[in-house]
Amino acid sequence: MSGCTGCLISLADTYEKLLDILSAVDLVYGITLTDELTKVTETEDKIVFERAYPDDVDIALVEGSVCLDDHHAVDLIKEVREKSKIVVALGSCSGTGGVTRISRGGQNPQPTHVSFVPISAVVKTDFSIPGCPPSTDSIVKFLMAALEGDTDYLEIYADFVKYQDASGENLIKQVISQGLCMGCGTCASACQMRAVTMFDGKPDIRMELCINCGSCVLQCPRIRMPKAKGLLEV
Amino acid sequence: MTNTLGEYTSIIVARSTDKEILEKSQDGGIVTAAYIYGLENGLLDGVVVADTEKGFKPVPKIARTRAEVLSACGTKYSLSPNMSVVKDAVKEYALEKLGFVGTPCQVIAMKKMMQYPVAFRQTTGNISLIVGIFCMENFPYNAMKTLIEQYARVNINDVVKTDIGKGKLFVYKKDGSDPIAIPIKETIPFEQKSCHVCMDYTSEFADFSTGSVGSPDGWSTVLIRNKRGKDFIDKMIAAGKLETQAPDFEGKIGIPLLEKLSTDKKTKNAKEIEHRIEMGLPVPY
Repeated sequence: MSGCTGCLISLADTYEKLLDILSAVDLVYGITLTDELTKVTETEDKIVFERAYPDDVDIALVEGSVCLDDHHAVDLIKEVREKSKIVVALGSCSGTGGVTRISRGGQNPQPTHVSFVPISAVVKTDFSIPGCPPSTDSIVKFLMAALEGDTDYLEIYADFVKYQDASGENLIKQVISQGLCMGCGTCASACQMRAVTMFDGKPDIRMELCINCGSCVLQCPRIRMPKAKGLLEV
Repeated sequence: MTNTLGEYTSIIVARSTDKEILEKSQDGGIVTAAYIYGLENGLLDGVVVADTEKGFKPVPKIARTRAEVLSACGTKYSLSPNMSVVKDAVKEYALEKLGFVGTPCQVIAMKKMMQYPVAFRQTTGNISLIVGIFCMENFPYNAMKTLIEQYARVNINDVVKTDIGKGKLFVYKKDGSDPIAIPIKETIPFEQKSCHVCMDYTSEFADFSTGSVGSPDGWSTVLIRNKRGKDFIDKMIAAGKLETQAPDFEGKIGIPLLEKLSTDKKTKNAKEIEHRIEMGLPVPY
């Protein structure tokens, strides 16, 4: 979809852990990471080569937001949903729209492309992992939990699908103004844009720096507590 | 063992054997002693501390030497967002064996970060020790400032130490004069409201947790919770950095007091959570 492939690099950046994952799954589709299944259509005047999305996929990690002005993108995400058991929004663009959601669009080489939405606005999404990009560690933990069917662990990501928009503003509206912020500073540490600084023990947000990635929202322990099970031994 | 104090493997009463630490620290100097022992013996290469800057304002810092740790000694009773420097410690200071101390909520934040490190690339492996402290509630900086300046009539710049115990908040001045006491019930309106949804008194998810409650003056109670915490404390005792005594499981100011305070916090805050739900307000879930 519409993204920078940073999330894909984050996935590939897992080094030897990627091998653990690859030994447990068959990688059947993915730009740059695997040989592509190609669909060849021959007509009288031309031959068309298309990347074909395979049938019966167990888990699809989708990167990037959907451009509504591009019918290829809309068709592909629908096809992905139809042919996959689990659809995961990997990264902020895919989950919350990220920086594509708050951009004006209209740039070359596609000046007519202006409307970008998270994939959950178009198809039913099962999990959403925010982050720009999500760290390699979190992707590995997610995939391992998915392989083991650890639904307890995955629940937080299933819940995060409801955020089609998540930014520093949520910290103010969902945490501080609800009287829940106790000033731990996790959001300030999580923000890679350094849009969050702690002032008198409370986050001070510079919205003009915020890229809408939602990392702070997922990471905040006062929106969601972690599951106590296994927490002591993390 | 699971009870009101969370899961723990053993419980000890201890204090540092270092005179300098004991002089500067709050009670038994456990956190300071653990940090200094870790830094001097290669178990840690940097630690997150809550130091104070001008106006007795707590500020999280990264300490790498004995002197830096000692200068940050003591409880602050005001917000120090220790989690906010964790990523910098690992990325900018390139620390590989970071020690962390926090209130129960900060320990939970840290553990959540380690469980779901979406925005913390290659960070979780570099956390080597998580120490929790006992915490009933906290005060916003301006609330603490108001209490000290308006109630105790002490200029905030003259404060060297604060201490809560025996039902009072004591304010110690730099000139060494007698501390000024503020009764706890006067401080209640100044408490941070968000602390009232917290169900954790003894940092139930830290490697080990420590605090003065449950032990005699000048000593600290230590709840050892997992293998990492046990190994660390065992090494400190073996190196002669801590002296210990058997915890008092019977007496009024012993472990029963710790259990009582923990139960009190849980009961009081469970009610507040219920109340919030009744009002239709969100609670952490």
